[in-house]
Amino acid sequence: MNNKNNIKFIQGNEACVEGAIYAGLDFFAGYPITPSTEIAEHLASRLPQKGGKFIQMEDEIASMGAVIGASLTGHKVMTATSGPGFSLKQEALGYACMAEIPCVIANVQRGGPSTGNPTHVSQGDINQARWGTHGDHAIIAMTASNHQDVFNITVQAFNLAETYRTPVILLLDEVIGHMREKLVIPEQGEIPVVERLRTSVKKGVDYHPYLPREDGRLPMSDFGGEHRYNVTGLFHDMWGFPSNDPKIVSELLRHLVDKIENNVNEIAMYKEYWLDDADYILISYGSSARSAVHMARNRRARGVKIGVLELQTLWPFPADIVREKCAGAKAVIVVEMNMGQVVTQVKNAVDNPHNVFLANRVDGELISPSDIKTLLRMIQGKGV
Amino acid sequence: MTKERFDFKDYIRPRFFPHMWCPGCGHGIVLSSLLRAVHELGLDKNDIVITSGIGCSSRISGYVDFHSLHTIHGRALAFATGVKLSKPELKAIVPMGDGDALAIGGNHFIHAARRNIDITAIVMNNRIYGMTGGQFSPLSGSGKKATTAPYKTIDREFDIADLARSAGATFVARSTVFHAIECKDLLKKAITHKGFSVVEILTQCPTYYGRKNKEGDAIQMMEGYKNNTVKIGSKKLEDNPNLIQRGIFVEKTDVPEYCEAYDKIIQTAMKGKA
Repeated sequence: MNNKNNIKFIQGNEACVEGAIYAGLDFFAGYPITPSTEIAEHLASRLPQKGGKFIQMEDEIASMGAVIGASLTGHKVMTATSGPGFSLKQEALGYACMAEIPCVIANVQRGGPSTGNPTHVSQGDINQARWGTHGDHAIIAMTASNHQDVFNITVQAFNLAETYRTPVILLLDEVIGHMREKLVIPEQGEIPVVERLRTSVKKGVDYHPYLPREDGRLPMSDFGGEHRYNVTGLFHDMWGFPSNDPKIVSELLRHLVDKIENNVNEIAMYKEYWLDDADYILISYGSSARSAVHMARNRRARGVKIGVLELQTLWPFPADIVREKCAGAKAVIVVEMNMGQVVTQVKNAVDNPHNVFLANRVDGELISPSDIKTLLRMIQGKGV
Repeated sequence: MTKERFDFKDYIRPRFFPHMWCPGCGHGIVLSSLLRAVHELGLDKNDIVITSGIGCSSRISGYVDFHSLHTIHGRALAFATGVKLSKPELKAIVPMGDGDALAIGGNHFIHAARRNIDITAIVMNNRIYGMTGGQFSPLSGSGKKATTAPYKTIDREFDIADLARSAGATFVARSTVFHAIECKDLLKKAITHKGFSVVEILTQCPTYYGRKNKEGDAIQMMEGYKNNTVKIGSKKLEDNPNLIQRGIFVEKTDVPEYCEAYDKIIQTAMKGKA
C-alpha cells in the first residue's frame, strides 16, 4: 500500500538511486560527470545511512575497479557515469565479463562523440554498451522512459547481475536523468530481489568457482571466506587458474556468450501499446519512447491503426519478440536519438527490413511527436 | 609471531608452478620474503587478499594461497581499494611492477597514498617492462638502453620513496632482493602498519635490463645492490651521495586511516546529521 512517504517527486537519477537501494546496493564508487552526477551525490548521502559505503575515486577507471573489488567481498555494487566516463570504464567492464563479477553500471547518456554535448540528451551509446569493451562477450543493457520504470529496471539490473554473474548496464539518458516526475516506491517484497548465490561447499572441500551448476548459475564465495581462489582476466579453468588450453579457452568464451544470449527471452523486458491491430508500429526506448507513445495516442484518436513497442532490454537484443510483434505491420518506425543504432537491429530481426524506417534526432533536443508524425505521413503517402 | 617452522608449501598453490619468471629473476626472492613475513606475523590466509595488475610481478598473486585478484594493467590499487573499503577486516597486499605501479597506475598510486587507506603496496622495481620484452619504464632513468630506447633513454626517473612520501603514504621503505631478511622485516612492518604503506624492492631483470645495459648476470646485478646501496643516513653517503638508501623513510601513526574515517561518516549519517 502507498503512503505519503513512499511517494516522491524526483529526478530520474534519484529514481535510479532508490531502485538500487531497494535492490540491496551497499557499495558505490564513482567520479563526477554530467549528467549522471546526481546518482553519486544522492548515494554519498544515502549509503552511509544504511551502513553502506560510498567512495569518490580518482577517475572513472578506478571507480569501475573499486566496484569489482567490492563485489568480490560479497556486496551489491554500482557505479554511474556518462559518455566519456563510460568509454574509460570499458576495459574493466570487460574484466567483469571475463571474471563473471556481478555489478551494475549506470550510463546517463549525453551527446557524443568525445566531450560532445554534455548537458543535452542523446541515445548514442547503445552500440558502445554492446561492443565497447574488446573481444567477444555478451552483455545485458536496459533502459526506461519514466521514473517508475527506471526504478523497476534498476532493481531488475541488480537481479540479472546476480543471476547471470555479469555486469549489467543501465542506459538512461539526460532527459530521464534530469526530468522530475512522480515515483511511488514499492513496499519491500513487492518486487522480487535476487540475493547473491553463495556456494554450499564446505570448508576443506575443493570449491570450483568457475564450474557452473546444472542450471548454469555459478555460486560464489566471498573474499575473506573459507575458500581461497584466483580471479583473473585471463582465460581460466574451473578453479580460476589461467589457461591457454584451446579447449578451455573456447568453452569459457562460449559459456560467457551463451549464458546470456541463450536466455534472451527470459531477460527481455518491454512494454506494448495498441499493437494488436497496428498497421504502423513505432519501436522506441528511453525518453524518445515518451514522444512515440504520445504521438501514437493522438493518431489513434484520429483513427490511425498505430501502436508502440517500447524496448526496456536493449541487449541481448530481443530479436524474436521484435519479429513477432512486427509481423503484421505495414511499416515499422524506429524512434531513437542517434544515427540509427537500434534500427539496425530491428532490420536484422524483422521479415521485411525494407519496411523499417528511422525517425531520429541528433541535435541534443528531445525528439518530438511531430518529428515522428512527419515521417509517418511521408510513409503513408500523405505529404508533410 | 608463530613458532612453527616456515614451510613455503603451506603458502603456495602447487598447481600454479613452475612459475613463469626467468632464471635469475629477483621476483622469487620478493615472493619468499613476503611469505616469510606473512608466516612470522601469524596471519590467517583467509584474511589476506592479494591484488595485482599485469606484468611479471603481478603473477605473484596466483602463486600464493590467499584470496587472489589478478586484475588489469595499472589498476590493482583501485580494485584493492574496493576490496578493502567494503571489508576492512581483510589485509590488502598489492604487489606491482614499476611500470604497473607508476606509469599506467601512477594516478591510483598517489591517490591511494593520499587517502591513507590500509593497503600494503609492494613495488617490485626492476626498472624495465619485462613481460613485453624490455621496454624502458618510468624507473629506468636516463641514459639507459631498452628495446624502445635504442639510442638510450632521455626520460628521467621517479624516486618512489619521495613520490610516496609527497603523496601522503604513512609508511615508506626501500630494500633490495640482495637484502632478503631486511626485505622480510620491512614487509612485516608495512603489513602491520595501519595506513597506506609502500615498500620498494629493487629486483633484478637480468634478461632485459641487465643484458641491455651490460650489468652482467643475476649474481653481478645482486652484487650491485650490495655495493650501491646503504642504510639510511650511512656515513658512506658523505663520500658517495649517489648511493641508494635502504630502510624506513616514513613511519607516521597520527594520520587517520581511510576505512576508519569512513566508519565515523557512517556513525554520523546514521544519526541523521547529513
